[in-house]
Amino acid sequence: MQLTGERPAAGQRRLSRAGRQRLLYALLAAPGFLLLAIVFAYPLVDLMRLSIENGTLAHYEEVFSGGLYVGVFWNTVRIAGLVTLLCAVLGYPVAHFLATAPRGWALFGLLCVVLPFWTSLLVRTYAWMILLGNNGIINKLLVSTGLIQKPLPLLHNEFGVVVGMVHVLLPYFVFPVYAVMLRVDRNLMAAAEGLGAPMWQVLRRIYLPLTMPGVVAGATLVFILALGFFITPALLGGGKVMMVALLIEQQVAQMLNWGLASALCMVLVAAILVSYAAIKQLGRSRTA
Amino acid sequence: MTARRRGSRGRRAARITLYAWSGLVFLFLLLPLVVVFPISFSDSAYLQFPPPRYSLRWYREFLADPNWLDATWRSVKIGCVTAVAATILGTLLAISLVRGTYPGKGLLEQFVMAPIALPSIVYSVAAYKLFSTFQLVGSWQGIAVAHTIHALPLVVLVVGASLRTVDIATEMAAQGLGASWFTALRRITLPQIRPALVSAAFIAFISSFDELVIAMFLGGINMTLPKKMFDSILFEIDPTIAAVSVLQIALVVIVLLVIGRFGSGVRPAA
Repeated sequence: MQLTGERPAAGQRRLSRAGRQRLLYALLAAPGFLLLAIVFAYPLVDLMRLSIENGTLAHYEEVFSGGLYVGVFWNTVRIAGLVTLLCAVLGYPVAHFLATAPRGWALFGLLCVVLPFWTSLLVRTYAWMILLGNNGIINKLLVSTGLIQKPLPLLHNEFGVVVGMVHVLLPYFVFPVYAVMLRVDRNLMAAAEGLGAPMWQVLRRIYLPLTMPGVVAGATLVFILALGFFITPALLGGGKVMMVALLIEQQVAQMLNWGLASALCMVLVAAILVSYAAIKQLGRSRTA
Repeated sequence: MTARRRGSRGRRAARITLYAWSGLVFLFLLLPLVVVFPISFSDSAYLQFPPPRYSLRWYREFLADPNWLDATWRSVKIGCVTAVAATILGTLLAISLVRGTYPGKGLLEQFVMAPIALPSIVYSVAAYKLFSTFQLVGSWQGIAVAHTIHALPLVVLVVGASLRTVDIATEMAAQGLGASWFTALRRITLPQIRPALVSAAFIAFISSFDELVIAMFLGGINMTLPKKMFDSILFEIDPTIAAVSVLQIALVVIVLLVIGRFGSGVRPAA
């Protein structure tokens, strides 16, 4: 009797403690949230305001009317798409290797993906310049073996930019696909094989659909990151390959044309949001 | 019998193809990291491969140039401030997002992750405008603040993933035994996620140490190491950059070893 008499009071205290705890958990987010609100969200809103200053859409009209800027956008989307496709073709088998190879080999493979991933972007870009230049290692090798007479144009063109971007972005594709592949039940493939399905059918009808969520996640990440790429195209393109990020930098740093630059920024962000939503929708309809 | 043998032969062929393909991709990934080593030890003033003679000339050049050293120390300083700030704020955010139950949590989570998806060129332009009104352009503190924004989602990802594996019951038990909420958090939960905190701090440091676009807008000439490297690559391809590159690769290897020893969850995005 005594015990039951005490219960409601104890329960009440616990409840109020839970309520206080909930508030404390919410308060923990406050410092980070405030920093993000002031130094991240506010400047972006300000940039948006700048793009429609004087209440007109003149800057957006400029972006969309001149064939020049639209052309740069299409070029960016095309290069990002190409890079994503190459990452998928190169990375899918590699992710499978990492998920299925014997432990030692898999660890070595992971190291091969992780090490470049953590290496400075500039170091890698510089190294590609050493490799791809007219007097670069690859051209010297090809000329000295007599395979070619003249150095191939590998640098300061789209080829160089794409190579450099694929090198930077490949790990972003491999990691999510690898994570999904680790969770695939191998028995399903064994069952399909046992029922007489040839290997490519097992791949096409079992493995590929099961690993699709990883492919979609990786491709989204690569495509979105590629849309905003700046350093690699700036250095490996040698000013001959125009992408949106370069255009924005040019408008701000050289032309001091803040209105147009902010409008370009907003269109780039919109393009990223639209592609994110579109790929997500595509992934959903595939798995459904 | 023959069908099965043909099947195993086909499987072996597929396996060999897979290994060869992966080997080529690994070569593609590692080649750029490897080529800078011989060049950095070259005796030649030009990019010659293979180098005619080997020496430590370009390392001495780097160590004797105050411009390179200033930029390096400034980058280390900014990286350390970023690592500390991002780890503290990010850990608080991660605890709040994983453990808390309050309205708007899903939205907050998306907001915290947004800096990853936003191209750094867009953020740099926006931050430049804000910072110029407060006369923070050209100050290392301004870069550190912007880098903290950049590193925050990475910390939340790493710490949050680790926090999800910690059993909340141990924390409840401590509270049941009379520990305050804060004591339970500090003495029960935080020690359990210490490896993730170490990883997060190093990841934040590296993300800041490598960052160029923000530093380009908010800094000035030769403000950070990446900016100095960018200019050198653009204007004078001499092997000093190769020496700097080798030092950077060495730094990353050391960081990865430290994370491997004391940290957890090296692979992000997975």
